[in-house]
Amino acid sequence: MTKQRSSLRRRGFTLFQCAMGFLLFLFVMVPFLWLLVSSLSERRDLISLPLRFPPGHLSFARYAAVFAPGGEEIARAFKYALFNSLIVASLVTAVGLVVGALASYSFARLRFAFKEKLLYALLFTYMIPPIVIVLPLYVAISALGLLDRKVTLVFLYLSMTIPFVVWVMRSYFGSISKSFEEAALIDGCTRLQTLRYVYVPMARPGLIATGILAFLLSWDEFFFSLIFTSSLAAKTIPVAIAEFTGKNSVDYGMITTGGVIASIPPLLIAIFFQKYIVMGMTGGGNKE
Amino acid sequence: MRSEQRESLGRRARGRGGEGDLSEQGFAFLLLTPAALLIFIVILLPLLITFGYTLINMNLLSATKGRFTGLANYASVLGASWFWSSLGRTLYFTFVSLVLETGLGLLFALLLAGSFPGVGVLRSLVILPWAIPTLVSGALWKWILHPDYGALNALLSWLGLIKEYHAWLGQPWLAMNMVILADVWKMAPYSAIFFLAALQFINKALYEAARIDGAGVFRRFRYVTFPHLVPTLLVVVVMRSMDKFKAFDLFYVMTKGGPANGTKVLTYDAYLRGFDNLNYSAAATISYVIAFLVLALTVIYLRLGKQEDVND
Amino acid sequence: MTRKAIAALTLMALMGVGLWAADKVVLNALFMKQAGFSEEDITAGTRDFMDRNPDIQVNLTFVAYEDLEQKILTAAAAGGYDVVLSDGPFTAKFAVGGIVKEIPPLAAADKADIFPGALDACEYLGKYWGMPWINDVRYLYFNKKMLAQAGFKRAPATLDEMIAQAKVLKAKKIVEYPIVLPWNQAETLSCDFTTITALFGGAMAKDGKPTLDTEANRKALEWMVRAIKDGLVNPKSIVYGEDDINGVFEGGNAAFMFNWTYAYGVANDPSQSKVVGDVGIAMIPGNGRVKSATVNGGQPLCIASGSKHPNEAWAYILYMTGKDFQKAHPANSLPIWRSLYTDPNVVKSNPDVVAVAKTQYDYIVNRPKVPYYSAFSSMLQVKIQQALLGRKSVDQALKEAQSEAESLAQQ
Repeated sequence: MTKQRSSLRRRGFTLFQCAMGFLLFLFVMVPFLWLLVSSLSERRDLISLPLRFPPGHLSFARYAAVFAPGGEEIARAFKYALFNSLIVASLVTAVGLVVGALASYSFARLRFAFKEKLLYALLFTYMIPPIVIVLPLYVAISALGLLDRKVTLVFLYLSMTIPFVVWVMRSYFGSISKSFEEAALIDGCTRLQTLRYVYVPMARPGLIATGILAFLLSWDEFFFSLIFTSSLAAKTIPVAIAEFTGKNSVDYGMITTGGVIASIPPLLIAIFFQKYIVMGMTGGGNKE
Repeated sequence: MRSEQRESLGRRARGRGGEGDLSEQGFAFLLLTPAALLIFIVILLPLLITFGYTLINMNLLSATKGRFTGLANYASVLGASWFWSSLGRTLYFTFVSLVLETGLGLLFALLLAGSFPGVGVLRSLVILPWAIPTLVSGALWKWILHPDYGALNALLSWLGLIKEYHAWLGQPWLAMNMVILADVWKMAPYSAIFFLAALQFINKALYEAARIDGAGVFRRFRYVTFPHLVPTLLVVVVMRSMDKFKAFDLFYVMTKGGPANGTKVLTYDAYLRGFDNLNYSAAATISYVIAFLVLALTVIYLRLGKQEDVND
Repeated sequence: MTRKAIAALTLMALMGVGLWAADKVVLNALFMKQAGFSEEDITAGTRDFMDRNPDIQVNLTFVAYEDLEQKILTAAAAGGYDVVLSDGPFTAKFAVGGIVKEIPPLAAADKADIFPGALDACEYLGKYWGMPWINDVRYLYFNKKMLAQAGFKRAPATLDEMIAQAKVLKAKKIVEYPIVLPWNQAETLSCDFTTITALFGGAMAKDGKPTLDTEANRKALEWMVRAIKDGLVNPKSIVYGEDDINGVFEGGNAAFMFNWTYAYGVANDPSQSKVVGDVGIAMIPGNGRVKSATVNGGQPLCIASGSKHPNEAWAYILYMTGKDFQKAHPANSLPIWRSLYTDPNVVKSNPDVVAVAKTQYDYIVNRPKVPYYSAFSSMLQVKIQQALLGRKSVDQALKEAQSEAESLAQQ
């Protein structure tokens, strides 16, 4: 008797969970769906009242305009923004991981003066809103003739990526048992060699995770790109999307199209590297 | 080998070095130099220069521009009612969106920690709102909230919940809450992931013991789950509030600080004063106030982190 | 030839190139996208200029309209741009803030040929800070079919006539809200307020001082409030921008609107408009002794203060604002030169609009020329909306606006 009742209760609970799960699914996916549908709708359907869903026609015209030759100037320009974002984010991730991991290792495993104060300073620099430093930065970058260059963005983004990498990698390095290092040292390795042959391989999952998060951080950045870029030479995706707002009119069709395109790399990363993202955000479950 | 023997051997090995006479400290500084150099040039130096701006009159429209004013800028900013209004709005945004984001994130995590058909797929999908750029998310929500062609109006009207279309971003208080909605949609999954990971560390045996003792779902949550979540909760709260102080992109794309300054948070206020009113010293001063607040939060965050280590 | 000779010649050639390249003056020009002259027009005109001036090279940058100000400001000190596209309301601010340079004096003949209202937008404290380039004002758009249905043969010439026609249209159920106006809480509201206060003989500022709390302005605001209360102006106008009212007009849900030049093309675009062929354009209706008034939405070209080549920058500006360029590209922006309005090329580009434009431009009104215009406008928008929503009385709104404007003036 009890077994029946409890199994019924369990089934009821599972049903409840499924229902909640479905609501969560809607919460997450419905806005996305709308983003996609809007980008595929013709302008006529976008501004028809009342709204028709599904829309009358679906057309890939905007995507064609962006990627195929002969498209509208504004749409084609978006392709370059995509390219810029990819390059900047990749460079920042690569350099940031190297520089950041080296620094992180120091914090995790070495003793030196001012260690704690430097760590605080590092965290503080990560938390500064860009508006605080933008004016002097602009004067300097402009004087150096480095405006509207991808390399400038790379340097600026590194300044926020490196503290982040240091902070997250600390716990990964910290969780590697010291005995490995000692064994290596006894075998005659220099510190640099232990770093290269012991720590890096063991922290690889953490490095991948941090790299992914760093990539997403750069992909997302808007403010510096807005201020420091102006042409297709360096403009990144968020700025390109913001530019579909004209003087008198807002082109929601292109904004949503740009939005879909801008979302694809992070979505792919999030889906395929989900495990790493979780690891990166939770520091592998270790603290130091 | 016994540990002391190992240690002495290790010490000797370190002494032998390999990179010449570089001590541990020297090696550390070598590794830290690239990072330190970059951060110094890109962040710390400008930070100092901005502080300099707060000490002079850099209002390009003022007759006395360029004059040294000492702390007068701070006095005038902190004494201005607009500053406290903007600060109030910032705190409202931070507090409300944090509560919603954390609450929802926790609920999502509790759900995703369970096992039911489809939970695996859900766990992969839940991260999606967070993955897309903030600007895209803001633009998407602005479109959804459009007074005439927006999906929200269409949906609510189709469901019979509203009689006529609303301008969701057209009233100050409503607009602020809509921006919060966009922020929560994007970041609740982020918090959920943190909580989910923490939940998975809780020893399942504790749940079994509680169940045997006759505890129901809610009591299990209150006495087993929640205490274990508190450290993570605190970390999430402090970390996320620091992020929310930085919030700019959403306000730029959704409301530009309006309507009627209803969504003018401190960062946006600083931006407008600098780039619209040409009052660079006011912008710099507001920025510094934000920086001090962030500093305070950073210290709290670090103290919490230390406490956590002590508790373990 | 010996190897040495070749090397020497190559070196000389390279030096020559170096010198030649060094001789070329490089100008950086900042323009906007998607409105006004198209990027193709500007690029073509620039190429033409460079052909005529082989020692000047111009690099073009196009940004979104809302980024213009930020780019001009950040570049000002560092000299990033030489020529910048500004906006009417920025003139006073840029002049005081030292963001743009004063322009060299214009020839009297030229000055006489430019519409005075357009030129006035570039003037501050007796000096000129830019050259008018994009010319744009708001017009009265009306639905010819609806008016005919109501028995009206022509567009209203006065505000009273427009109200009367609107009442008939509403009574005959031809359209529920005959008038739709872009009164969203944004710059667009300040634009319309500029127009309407002028129609009642008022002004928002005089001699650089705010004059909001005047009898004339009160009448103007009362007219606006009343029009909504009487159900003649669409109540959603309060959240509508220029693009939104286009949607309403194109959908056949309004008989009258005030909008910029671009709306004419949009309303006649078969891919989105239901009223193609019924679109009429006329001057903004007058009121009492004021024959007409319309807000200036034009944008001038300015010399950035950090420019190291102001003379070349001015030469480029003269060319782009000159009759040749403006005559060749009238489709997206009508000329600033009065004499060009009889030019066949210009007339052909948009005959209906040109016919109205050439007289409408005589009634241009500029927004207040005060350095704190942004803050002034934002504050005013809030007060006007409070009055429109019935939250404050007209008197109270304008009184508060005036006192806040005065405190802005003192900062």
